[in-house]
Amino acid sequence: MIRYTIGRVTSLFLSLVVASMVIFAVVEVVPGDPAAYMLGVNARPDTIAALRTELGLDMSAPERYLSWTSGMLRGDFGTSYTYRTPVTQMILDRIVVSLPLAILALGLTVLIAFPAGIYAASRRGKLGDMGVMGATQLGVAVPNFWFAMILVLIFAVKLRWVSAGGFPGWGHGILPGLKALILPAIALALPQAAILARVMRSSLLDMLGEDFIRTARAKGLTRRQALWRHAVRNALIPVLTIIGLQFSFLLAGGIVIEQIFFLPGLGRLIFQAISARDLIVVESVVMLLVALVIIVNFAVDLAYAAVDPRLRVRA
Amino acid sequence: MRLPRSLLLGALLTALFLGGAALSFVWTPYDIELLSIPDRLQAPGWTHWLGTDQLGRDILSMIMMGARTSIAVALLAVGIGMGLGIPLGLTAAARRGSLLDEVIMRGNDLIFAFPSLVIAILITAVFGAGAMNAIIAIGIFNIPVFARLTRGAALSFWSRDFILAARVAGKSSARISVEHILPNIANLMIVQGTIQFSLGILAEAALSYIGLGAQPPTASWGRMLADAQTLASIAPHVALVPGLAIVLMVLGLNLMGDGLRDLLDPRIRVDRT
Repeated sequence: MIRYTIGRVTSLFLSLVVASMVIFAVVEVVPGDPAAYMLGVNARPDTIAALRTELGLDMSAPERYLSWTSGMLRGDFGTSYTYRTPVTQMILDRIVVSLPLAILALGLTVLIAFPAGIYAASRRGKLGDMGVMGATQLGVAVPNFWFAMILVLIFAVKLRWVSAGGFPGWGHGILPGLKALILPAIALALPQAAILARVMRSSLLDMLGEDFIRTARAKGLTRRQALWRHAVRNALIPVLTIIGLQFSFLLAGGIVIEQIFFLPGLGRLIFQAISARDLIVVESVVMLLVALVIIVNFAVDLAYAAVDPRLRVRA
Repeated sequence: MRLPRSLLLGALLTALFLGGAALSFVWTPYDIELLSIPDRLQAPGWTHWLGTDQLGRDILSMIMMGARTSIAVALLAVGIGMGLGIPLGLTAAARRGSLLDEVIMRGNDLIFAFPSLVIAILITAVFGAGAMNAIIAIGIFNIPVFARLTRGAALSFWSRDFILAARVAGKSSARISVEHILPNIANLMIVQGTIQFSLGILAEAALSYIGLGAQPPTASWGRMLADAQTLASIAPHVALVPGLAIVLMVLGLNLMGDGLRDLLDPRIRVDRT
């Protein structure tokens, strides 16, 4: 386990380094000078030069890369070109919206997918199975942002149960905040739940064909008992991988959903930054999202290896 | 041999949209650049089968033109993914265990760590929004999907007797990959290609919805939805019709993919996440 962990940590570290290099390199080739852009067309050359020095744009690319990455390691993401405020603070202000949204959506995904998948597997080939599979087939085909629009139309415009958008902040307590996030979370969760339910079902069906299930049945457990006590736990391994991947989809998918509900999250931040050519913000937010994805997948890998010793050997 | 029912239904839905897109090159019910304010926001009816939008344009005509954009973007993105991913996967399998294999597979993992939407945002932040950049962004995400699948499938063939025979006959590993392995994994690629095509349609819609995809005057379903957002409460059809078009097209492709898989090889499993 120790050797495996060291190997995984090394590859985690390498992935983060390479990802940061790729992001930096892509943003480097962007045409145009941020300093000139910020100051507008009438700026004098010496003012632009002064701002370039202030922003650190006169350093060479490797120097800037090193100062960017070493800054991030200390929790300093640099200073926004347009707002002149620390990027770290801007990200912190937004992540308290985006992260709870992704987590809430992930919770809903699991809450919908597990019962649906287990039910479908236990009724294999029967009407209930076909119903669930038909619903998931539809679920994976629905774009989440369109589903979000329909939800707004029904629950905010027609029924007036929740507001159509905006975020009151967490200052007024948890409940108003959650209420603002519930529709976006449902919109994000539904298509992912459809995928997860399918994975859960097929993973369970694989397990039900295994010898240990026959043994469990032979020792007198009913089908239902064998399913719940033995199959479900073993079926969770592939399901967990997918959940790890889905977290990244939910975080990134939030970028679009935040637009629909006017939520002040990372998605809105990144769009404002793109239109203002505030590249340090774009760079940092993208890096943060990618790092989160890499770290979550790393955690999933480790969790597996802890549960299933066979996986340590294969890696 | 009986065709799977899902294949028939899926092929029918797909053919409907492909046909509509093809037809739009020569004929649409109305000219989509023809604005007619007095006719705006008409509900579906005899003169305009799917109604009109806020500028009085015929929605059916726009759906047909939009299908063209969706299909072109998604198909080219699948082309990029197959064109680069399959050779990479074949190479990795032929040189399995080598440093090259390791580099290719780790590179794939790295691309997987970038959610496709984030790749798209990064690309558009740097190079600007447009259909071409949407194709590249979706295409890049397709590369590791095909590379991994190809490598996995190819590996299972490298230990087979007929490959051994080819090696004994003195064929190079590149020739074996192209002449013997590729034909054997082609079915799998077609099925996965269908799934990636449908994911591409969804991705294109999302990108053009947030304004990073095809730019006006090119019609696209995503932008029709973005335009419809504020009108949905007055004229629901402007929001419902483009959304249903996306759902039906994606559903059709997915059903076709499932059906093809059952038809070509019931054992193969397709990764659709």
